[in-house]
Amino acid sequence: MKVTAQDVKYIAQLSRLIVPEADLEKSTEEFNQILNYADILQKIDTTGIEPTPYVLPISNALRKDVAKEGVTHEEALLNAPEVYNDGFKVPRVIE
Amino acid sequence: MDLFKYTAHELHEKLVNKEITAVELVNSVYARIDEVEEQANAYISMSKEEALAQAEKVDAKIAAGEAIAPLAGIPVVFKDNINIAGQVTSCASKMLDGVSAIFDAHATENLRKEDAVFLGKANMAEFSIGNTTDNSFFGAAHNPWNLDCVTGGCATAAAVAAGEAIWALASDTSGDLRQPAAYAGCVGIKPTYGRVSRLGLAAYASSMDQIGAVTKDVTDAATVLNAICGKDDRDSTSWAVETPDFTQALVADVKGLRIGVPKEYFGENVDAKIKAEVEKAIEQYKELGAEIVEVSLPHTQYAVRTFYVIANGEAGANFARYDGVRYGYRNMEAQSASDMTARSRNEGFGEEVKLRLLFGTHVLSKGYYENYYVRAMKVRTLIRNDFEEAFKQCDVLLTPTTPVLAEAYNTEMDAFAKYELDFTTVTANLAGLPAITVPCGMVDGMPVGMQLIGKVLDEATILKAAYTFEQATDFHKAMAPLGGNK
Repeated sequence: MKVTAQDVKYIAQLSRLIVPEADLEKSTEEFNQILNYADILQKIDTTGIEPTPYVLPISNALRKDVAKEGVTHEEALLNAPEVYNDGFKVPRVIE
Repeated sequence: MDLFKYTAHELHEKLVNKEITAVELVNSVYARIDEVEEQANAYISMSKEEALAQAEKVDAKIAAGEAIAPLAGIPVVFKDNINIAGQVTSCASKMLDGVSAIFDAHATENLRKEDAVFLGKANMAEFSIGNTTDNSFFGAAHNPWNLDCVTGGCATAAAVAAGEAIWALASDTSGDLRQPAAYAGCVGIKPTYGRVSRLGLAAYASSMDQIGAVTKDVTDAATVLNAICGKDDRDSTSWAVETPDFTQALVADVKGLRIGVPKEYFGENVDAKIKAEVEKAIEQYKELGAEIVEVSLPHTQYAVRTFYVIANGEAGANFARYDGVRYGYRNMEAQSASDMTARSRNEGFGEEVKLRLLFGTHVLSKGYYENYYVRAMKVRTLIRNDFEEAFKQCDVLLTPTTPVLAEAYNTEMDAFAKYELDFTTVTANLAGLPAITVPCGMVDGMPVGMQLIGKVLDEATILKAAYTFEQATDFHKAMAPLGGNK
């Protein structure tokens, strides 16, 4: 199932990645090669076959609702690219 | 004394008998690193100070007459996607360069309890994506058997084979533990999915990522499994099963063992010289009393494609965390939050990773999810069913670990042909099965590995079969020459 350059732009936006206009044609071609590779799977008869998202026979992994110590405030901020007061600083979100 | 040449269990004996000290041992390994690292580029970072402190603690215990754990004082290198608190976990990416882990992985905690000595972090393919290290932000690693050749998807085994570590803690999502082990003449074991907690392992494809060990022999592999396996509440896919004493499986006896040989792993896409070595190993097993059964795993041909869709889909979701906000690389010029995230990701990830993330996002998106992601999960079921059928006729499966020898860096290869090299290992990840690689021959001066795949939770049988072969052969004793020109 081929995609267009317009589709690749949209996918890049969903992925929070940038495909520069100059590379768009090449990237679309590359992307279609990958789809072509994956499309072989369409030829396999999977009628009545259940999907396997996980291999383990575990359904719910529950534990007792007891509070445990987590990551501290200081630890959480340790690797932050920018800190403001007591939190992560980011560029403006709302214009 | 060149202490770096010994196995962990040999060194344990020497420590207990007070022939050597843990400080001497770690110094011997760092001296070896100084000697060869420039050629190998197997390390991303080292932690000599912490290692020496850990070694001193072990020496103090021995001096005080206390019993020590089997891995106490033994120097280990970690793949750089497994957390050691206070040290950088870079995943060989610009995105995480300089990001310090704020907690230990569960496996790391377990090794701390054993008093293991942490040497540092090993080079790898960026975020484990790809089966060579050429896309590492820190430059490619080189194979100690021939420096012109690749190490495979990480440099843990290269480090062990070069004497830069006694063993390595690594991860395996598509064979990126077993393939490098085979390329370097090491033993590599990936336990059953769920045996080892994934807490503190940077997620790539969560339904297949599993921590395991790269060692010099099968005894060490069993010893490491004893230390790292076990239930952990902080990983919802950690399996609440009993951890047996894996060293109990170290018995040289395969009489009556039914070894399945799947014909799909011996086709034209496997180097004839590798097939010849693995066939010799099969003959050896016959002589040792095993029964050889031909089996078929018909969906093997679709395994890498299936993996590609599922793994990249999972990566597409997992890598959303790399947003430039809380940790990792950030573009400092962007004027809005969304622009900052996009530019940070664009500049922080390498080209192959970005391509995979685009594809992964696509297969999970509306209109394509059913056709790609769900379909791949159904084919995954067919691959699992193949194994289930095969294991009705045999106890273990024997295959080549890799279809080719470690190739030279200048080998021209189509991207898809390169992906397909994983077909021998990726099936065990898709089915969650335990698998081990052991050295079984040499071709053109490069090691050849054979793989034994076991039933779910049956590490014991593959360890036993591997141990039996190892005891009858000398391949695991060969030392890498660090030859070639790089």
